[in-house]
Amino acid sequence: MSRMEFMQGNTACAEGALAAGCTFFGGYPITPSTEVAEHMALKLPKRGGVFIQMEDEIASIAAAIGASWTGARAMTATSGPGFSLMMENIGYAVMTETPCVIVNIQRGGPSTGQPTRAAQGDMLQCRFGSHGDYGIIAVCPASVQEMFDLTAEAFNLADRYRVPAFVMSDEIVGHMRERVMLADTVETTPRRPLSPGRLPFEPGEDGVPGFPEFGRGHAAHVTGLTHDERGYPDATDHAAHEKLVRRLYQKIESARREIADYEVTNPDAEVVFVTYGPPARTVWQVMHDLSDPAIGHLRLRLVWPFPEFALAAFPDAKVFLMPELNMGQISREVERHVDVPVVSLPKLGGELHTPAELKRALEVHR
Amino acid sequence: MSAADWQRIDRLPNIYCAGCGNGSVINCTLAAVEEMGWTRENTVFISGIGCSSRAPGYILTDSLHTTHGRALAFATGVKLANPALNVVVFTGDGDLAAIGGNHFIHACRRNVDMTAICMNNQIYGMTGGQGSPTTPRGAISTTTPYGSAEPVFDLAELAVAAGANHVARWTSYHVKELMAAIATGLQTPGFSLVEVMTQCPTNYGRRNRLRQVSDMIEHLRTHALLVQKRDRLIREGKPIPEGMFVVGELVRRHRPAMGVRA
Amino acid sequence: MRHEVRFSGFGGQGIILSVVVLGRAAALYDGKHAVQTQVYGPEARGGASMGQVIIDDEPILFPEVTDPDIFVIMSQQGFLKYGQDAPPDAVMLIDSGLVHASPGCRCYGIPATEEAKTTLGRDIVANIVMLGALVAVTGLVSREAIEKAVLDSVPKGTEALNVRALKRGFELGEGVI
Repeated sequence: MSRMEFMQGNTACAEGALAAGCTFFGGYPITPSTEVAEHMALKLPKRGGVFIQMEDEIASIAAAIGASWTGARAMTATSGPGFSLMMENIGYAVMTETPCVIVNIQRGGPSTGQPTRAAQGDMLQCRFGSHGDYGIIAVCPASVQEMFDLTAEAFNLADRYRVPAFVMSDEIVGHMRERVMLADTVETTPRRPLSPGRLPFEPGEDGVPGFPEFGRGHAAHVTGLTHDERGYPDATDHAAHEKLVRRLYQKIESARREIADYEVTNPDAEVVFVTYGPPARTVWQVMHDLSDPAIGHLRLRLVWPFPEFALAAFPDAKVFLMPELNMGQISREVERHVDVPVVSLPKLGGELHTPAELKRALEVHR
Repeated sequence: MSAADWQRIDRLPNIYCAGCGNGSVINCTLAAVEEMGWTRENTVFISGIGCSSRAPGYILTDSLHTTHGRALAFATGVKLANPALNVVVFTGDGDLAAIGGNHFIHACRRNVDMTAICMNNQIYGMTGGQGSPTTPRGAISTTTPYGSAEPVFDLAELAVAAGANHVARWTSYHVKELMAAIATGLQTPGFSLVEVMTQCPTNYGRRNRLRQVSDMIEHLRTHALLVQKRDRLIREGKPIPEGMFVVGELVRRHRPAMGVRA
Repeated sequence: MRHEVRFSGFGGQGIILSVVVLGRAAALYDGKHAVQTQVYGPEARGGASMGQVIIDDEPILFPEVTDPDIFVIMSQQGFLKYGQDAPPDAVMLIDSGLVHASPGCRCYGIPATEEAKTTLGRDIVANIVMLGALVAVTGLVSREAIEKAVLDSVPKGTEALNVRALKRGFELGEGVI
């Protein structure tokens, strides 16, 4: 039984997690993400799940990773300063291939910055913030409905690829209220268990090992050190390290077509907006107002792994325009993949680009 | 099963130096676990970073070798998500007292049902002998070349103050007492800290005129003050001798605990 | 038709609740679309509180309020901060007992707080009186929808009081147009 609600993005995010079967939340209060934790605190105990407020964000993600090893779908939610604190253990989750969901309701940074205003300034941190080379998955909701849908999907992606999956939202979508259809349960792809006879970190053909859940007699040793397929540390052998890190990177990058989630509007257009998160909504407004087939829009619901092939959906593009709530973090990624100019349209301070601002940008750059 | 059945034979030899005290602590722990009747399937060892934290890698159970100082936070997630699992944490003085100090006091406060065994060798061994929050005043380390000027943390007293249900301290010399204390910790619902003063001949003894393992163990033995004796000295108004540390059971109580199996 | 509605008053008057109720009425009970946003500051109480809701028959693409055309003002500070620049074609309802203002747009005085205190016996429902008056004056949502949304949102045991407040608001609104 689904039900219609008028609710905040952060609450819808928590509902999406619950619908996906999340049973563990470890968190720490931080504006503007706190409503996610508050809703989980309200709902999880009644469903037999566990909510725990930890002593900081480092401990929050640690607890979520620990819970995940018992087979639980586990998550944490935070914003910039807490996200920075989580970085070391995000690397641990990557290295140990621990599925977990990390929600970042982005606010203005650097440092304490603007706690109550939106930004998209953590997009590169989410991809590259922990030390070493690796791959992760990140979704970017543009509406309250997508907070529900994409949070639920993040759990599937985390389990499917044994990787931390990020919901990279922001204060605008997190705090706005809209109508949302809450499905009681959503389609879930369960974690693939470790097959008999396989080693705990022995990859399948897709580069992803089966999951040796704790308490099932696998005697799995899980370490953040470079390890072999048994999970045993092998921290000095160059070949072991190269094999492991290449696999952690490739299991995500090589699956990016399968993982990708984006929308293409007006593929014959010559001027193309590329957006993720709420700037998409300004572009929708502009395209609605102008109704011009020469203006295209690539809207990414999932930013990492970056679906560079989606840019080829606009073969006639002469310029890509990128409104972002940062200094052009993803426009660099687009620049790497196209031969035409990419114009970054940064906006800082917490408000969306207005339709008038993007119309002006169109006049200048088309 | 015997204690030997718990070891990953295919990972021997281990990384510990000749004369290291950690082996005795691991053996005492496995003997206590064995005594509890726990199985390899329902027991999880968790650790942070440091010499102590390599211990789970030599034990044939599910185990999490985590990040520096954070073992108790990971362990909290494991235990609360599945209280049917028995959780034992190995940690060291750098791991628990320095980088993990905040997680330590909150784990005691929450009283999550687990046993933390701290191998306190008073030095950062794995990184080559730097001073830790438990390095005694005056002791030489690579970062205290003129003698440590800082007061030390009393981890056991800290655990008592922060609310742990069971706290004991022994040394690697007191093997029988240590095993009994760990067994008590495993039995006690709630958080248990068993601190073990242990020798690091390579990185502590060598620089502090305790070059021989036997010298270090003798040092631990002669500087251990039984808690009953300390209490008697206090009652009699006599001073506690300088440089001594208290051993014995410091608390055993039944405050409300989290993650206790129903 | 897109309407951008701005409510302002002081913390504790239920300003945010009012915009949420209005958005809920439109989105859940009138088949319209609504996006509600608010200004978050570090203060938990007092200060000038402000909440906004966009209501449209069509899906709302751009979700931020840029040119509010309907104002509900319940404090003098709120008027100064969020109301006095209202454009000439806007509609404004002010709590006439708390706000002394003559903006350059169509403006209706509703004695909501006084009415809530005297007739209804509880000044806490002044915001619901204002909501009722707003619906009567603008027809932004249907009376049935706003009543359902009010009933969804108020504490148990206060339903009858709030419905009376809402209906009193309808009457006061009818009286000024």
